[in-house]
This record gives sequence, structure tokens and C-alpha cells, in this order.
Amino acid sequence: MSDATTAAIEADALVRAFGARRAVDGVTFTLRKGECLALFGPNGAGKTTLLRVLAGLLRPTAGWARIAGTNLPGGAAARRRIGFISHASMLYGPLTARENVELAARLFGVCEPRAAAARALGEMHLMPRADAPVRALSRGMQQRVSIARAMVHEPSVVLLDEPFTGLDATGAAALSDSLATLRRSGAALVLVTHNLEEGLALATHAAIMSRGRFARFEERHTLDAASYASSYRTLVAHDA
Amino acid sequence: MPDALGAALLIARKDLAIEFRTRTAFFSAVVFALLGIVIFFFAWDPTAVAAVDLAPGVLWVIFTFSGLLGLHRSFGVELADRAIDGLLGAPIPRESIYLGKAMANLVFVIAVQVIAIPAIALFYDMPLGGRVLALAGIALLAAIGLVAVGTLFAAMAVNTRLGELLLPMLSLPFFVPIVIPAAQATARLFAGRPVAESMGWLKILLAYDIVFVAACMMAFPHTIEE
Amino acid sequence: MTDLTVSHGQDGSATARVAEPTFGWLFVVAVLGVIATYIRAIYFTPLEALQGPAQKIYYVHPTSAAVAFMAFGVVALTSIGYLWMKDMRLDRLAESAAEVGVVFTTVTLITGSLWGKPVWGTWWTWDARLTLTLFLWFIYVGYLILRGAIEDHGMRARYSAVLGILGALLIPFIHLSVYLFRTLHPMPIIFKPSRPSLPNDMLETFLLALGSFTLLFIALLRARYRLATDEAALEAEEGP
Repeated sequence: MSDATTAAIEADALVRAFGARRAVDGVTFTLRKGECLALFGPNGAGKTTLLRVLAGLLRPTAGWARIAGTNLPGGAAARRRIGFISHASMLYGPLTARENVELAARLFGVCEPRAAAARALGEMHLMPRADAPVRALSRGMQQRVSIARAMVHEPSVVLLDEPFTGLDATGAAALSDSLATLRRSGAALVLVTHNLEEGLALATHAAIMSRGRFARFEERHTLDAASYASSYRTLVAHDA
Repeated sequence: MPDALGAALLIARKDLAIEFRTRTAFFSAVVFALLGIVIFFFAWDPTAVAAVDLAPGVLWVIFTFSGLLGLHRSFGVELADRAIDGLLGAPIPRESIYLGKAMANLVFVIAVQVIAIPAIALFYDMPLGGRVLALAGIALLAAIGLVAVGTLFAAMAVNTRLGELLLPMLSLPFFVPIVIPAAQATARLFAGRPVAESMGWLKILLAYDIVFVAACMMAFPHTIEE
Repeated sequence: MTDLTVSHGQDGSATARVAEPTFGWLFVVAVLGVIATYIRAIYFTPLEALQGPAQKIYYVHPTSAAVAFMAFGVVALTSIGYLWMKDMRLDRLAESAAEVGVVFTTVTLITGSLWGKPVWGTWWTWDARLTLTLFLWFIYVGYLILRGAIEDHGMRARYSAVLGILGALLIPFIHLSVYLFRTLHPMPIIFKPSRPSLPNDMLETFLLALGSFTLLFIALLRARYRLATDEAALEAEEGP
């Protein structure tokens, strides 16, 4: 089903400004189906803003971005393809994990929301706590519910902002498995992280973002992890 | 994908489930309404003004303020963990989010009134008798207008530096054309006048509802699109 | 009134430019017009038989009310324009018009009160049009407070545009409900479809007042708009 030549995510000279500050300042890249971009960079480099533009939550100030050929911020059809995991859990504390995930399934028009929610919760090993209110769960558990919420509609583009933060070993392994499965089914991933090892382990492409731009953007197989790490450190130190 | 109304119902049901589970806003609004009813009684000289003459005015002032109390909570729950991003990222029209929130707020306001109005009738010796249906009709018309405007302003206020403080300041001028017709119609109702005499007031309420439900629904997407 | 300022261009170099005068010739003409109106109103227009000198308020009160309505009309139109075209200049124009409108509404309220004391025997009365003016004041003071409570320029522009439009929609409803509630106000005698029933002398003075107030409005609006533009330019230079 995956046509390797179709771009899943494209950005061209993408700019997003807040007032006079250009948080994203001319980003260009293309990601095909099944590919995964690991996005590194110091705090304030514009990673989160870039993800929010790609998620259709922020309007580009200049340039454009496309998800599967649809210009962002696209309509309902574009949003349905996207799964977004942000810093915040995007969950309702008083509702149970199951209710949260089921609500997302229904809002995304998943055919059998109950079954889909149960499957997504199962993949994150959440079934034992599925009927506990989210605010009673630990931070790591909440993060897993948040991931299940974002995956329940089987998105073809997944945007992840520091998804491993707060996860224990089980959660991290479950997330890695899910991401691998998604990629095999043709999904494209953008993974924002501070952890170079984690990012490079999953990625097909890697980028370092600094002051709103891609300071580096390469295919993973051309990189040597050790030298990449030292180059990243130099850049962060230089930035700070 | 769920249709626009289906999505709105999902959101309304979610909001009511949250409110039903926490119940804090509902109880504080009810207690606030009862307190207001009692305190207003002592603001007038009972020998000069009969309690029953005060009742319509007190009713609609309490209605407005307890309604505001419910509206505060409406968007706080969305911003706590940025759940609103989950709604904005879903393939549903923006208007559905507004409509869903407004429907839940309407249920909230009506639920508070179901307790507050009989309480006013009791404390102010207001003979409800055969007038319950007519009063419920006025209350519904008033509640729709209040919730239409209040939901929009609550969505805006929650994102400002002043937060909830801003909500009453923005909303109260907009409640003037609700409170005046509602209080006038109620007063006529309890003076035993025929309903036909209040039709002018009811028409203002109805026109207000139509104009502001439509305008606020069209305006809402502009308050969340970034 | 012309002063020299130093501004910094995009490249950071200092360039001297002759600043546009904040007020300028239009303001001078408007002020002269207002002064002429008062000289005419006080010395060359006959006293009204019933109200005596109090009637002279007639050349300030309805004229500032008319100008306030003009200002809020500008707010509504620029607000619609902003939501449509997202042009920050429209937002600045709306802000300027709202401020000038609030000033003229304040003048209307104060002069109305001054007139009410000798003629109606009370400083304040819940007359329909006075009440409407009071609520106009509340709505647009609220508008200005809302603007002050939002940092982000885009959000401030969108929110205030929404309020600017809804405020305009609200005016007829408030008017209708307070009018039906009670009214004492003298009925309009200028804008009747038949011949105006005001004596010619008074009519000419009134029209002169209306003209000079309108000029004053345009001059103030222009000055305030320039200030808003300079503020925006300054913020853009200094960064967030």
C-alpha cells in the first residue's frame, strides 16, 4: 500500500512568527512514508513550534507545509491523518483512561471506538488501569495514556514531542514497538528529543534545529553516532 | 468522521460527565444562588416593597451571576492539560467544539435554575401555580442567549492575563438585553397579565438568541485558530 | 511640532528621518473649527426660550454622541476587515477608533449629566439614550481592557475583532430594551424626514459643531493610529 515516492510530510521555507520573534524561520524538508525524522536541538530552538505547525494547530506565517499533499492547516481530512503527542497530556483528569481514549476514537470517527480504544490501551500495557481516572495515575502512566490517545485512529503521520520523557522501561519499550509497527504500516514519524541515542536508534533521518532553522539535516545511514554527538554538543554550547 | 452535531454531542457529553464526577462547580453555583436569594431579601425594606415585587428582579440577577459561575469552569478543564489541542486536532469542525461546550453549559445553567427558581418562589412567596410553564419558557430563552455569549467569552477570557476576572466584565453588558426583557415578562406574568402583553419582550429575547447563537458560532473559530 | 527622531532600519543601522508630526494641520483645522463653533454658539446664536443657556450643550452633547457612534462604526468595520484579511493595520485602526470613541462617549455622558441638572433637575436619569450611552461606554472600555490583557499580537487582534463585531450587534438590542423600558429623552428634531424644525441660526451652529467635531475625530484618529504604528515598529525593532 505504501507508495515510496509520495511525500508524507513536506515543508518549504516554513516560517512561524510570534509577534516579531520567528520561532520557526525557514525550514525545508521532505519525509516519505515509513520514514522517521529525529529532531534534536536546544531549548527554544523552535522544535515544539514546528511540531505544532505540522499538527495543524498553528498557522504558518510564511512558506508552507503539507501532510500527504494537503496544505496545512488543512481541513478535517488532513487532521485525521495526524497523531500528535505533545508535552502536555491532552487528557481530561476526571475521566478514566478508557474514556479519554474512546472519546478520541469517536472524535476521529474510528469505526469501532470501543475495540480500538481497548487495543490502543493494550498496546501501551494499560489494561489493568484502564478504568482509573487519569488524574489518579502516575506521570509515566498518564504519558502512556496520552500515547494511546494519539495512536487510536492509526494515524499516517505521527508527531512526537519528547515522548520518552517520564516513561519507565516498560512504557519506553511499548512505545518503541508501537512506533516500529506504525512505520511498517507506512506511517511517517517526526520525533523531537534531547536524547541522541534514542532518537538515532529509531530514525531514518536526523536534523539539528537551532534558532528556528535546520542547522543540519541528513539521512541516518550517512551519520556516525559519536561524531554527530560531538557536533551537536558544540552547537548547543555555541547557542547557549 | 462524526458529523458536526454528533461531534458536538460527544463534547457536551464529555463535559457533563466531568461535571457530574467532580460536581464542584454545580454545588458552588447552587449555593451561590441560594445565598444571593437570601441576601437580596435583606437589601430592601420589606415594609415598603413587597417581596413578591422584588422576586422577578432578584431571579434574573441571580440567574445571570450563577450562570457566569458555571461558565468560568467551561474552558479551565480544556486548558489544564491542553486537552483543547486534542479537540482542535480532531477532524471535526471548530463550530462543533463551540456547540458542544455551549450545550453542556446550557444544561448546567438550567440545572442550577431548576433549584434556584423554586427557591425564589418559596422565599419570596411567589405563587408559581399555573405559571410554571410560561416561566420555564422565559428561562429557556434567557438561558440560550446567556450561554451563547458566555461560552464564547469564557473561551477568550481563559487565555488572557486577567483570566476569569475578565468574563463578567465582557459578558454583563451583553446580558442587559436578556435581563431586562426576562424580568419585565416575569413581572407581568406574576401580575396576572395575559401572556400577549409580554410578547414584545419575548420577541426581543428570541431575536437575541438567534442573532447571538449565529454570531458567536461564527466568531468562535477566530478565538482558537492560532 | 516637527521633531527629529532616529530610527533603526532592518540592518540595525541608524537612519535619521523627519518624523511626521503627531497631530498636524488637520488637527489645527479641527481645533479652530471647534473654537469657531463655540464663539458662534455663545455669542451669535440666540438663546433658546425654555432651556436658556443650558441649551448650548446642544452643540456638544449630540455631536460627541454622533462622533462616538462614528468611532464605534469604524471599530466594527475594521474588526470585520481584520478577521477577513488579517492585516495588522486594520487592528491598529480599530484600537485607535475605540479609544477615541471612548473619549467622546465620556464627553457625551458628562455633558448629558450637566445638561440634565438644570433641565431635568437631576444629574442622572435612566433615560433610554443616556443608558445606552452608558452601556456603550462599558462595552468599549471592556474592549480596551481586553486588549490590555493579551500579550500576543495576533491573539489580541483576533479577540478584540470578535468583541468589536459583537459589540456592534449588541447596540440595537440594548437600545430596544432600554427604550421600551422607559424614555424621557427629547425626540430627535434634526434628522426628521420633513424640514428640520430648529431655527436656522441654531441649525447652522449645530451643523458647524457636527462638522468640526467630525474633523476633530478624524484628526485624533489619525494621530492615535500613527502612535499605534510607531509602537508596533518600535516593538518589532526591540524584539519581544
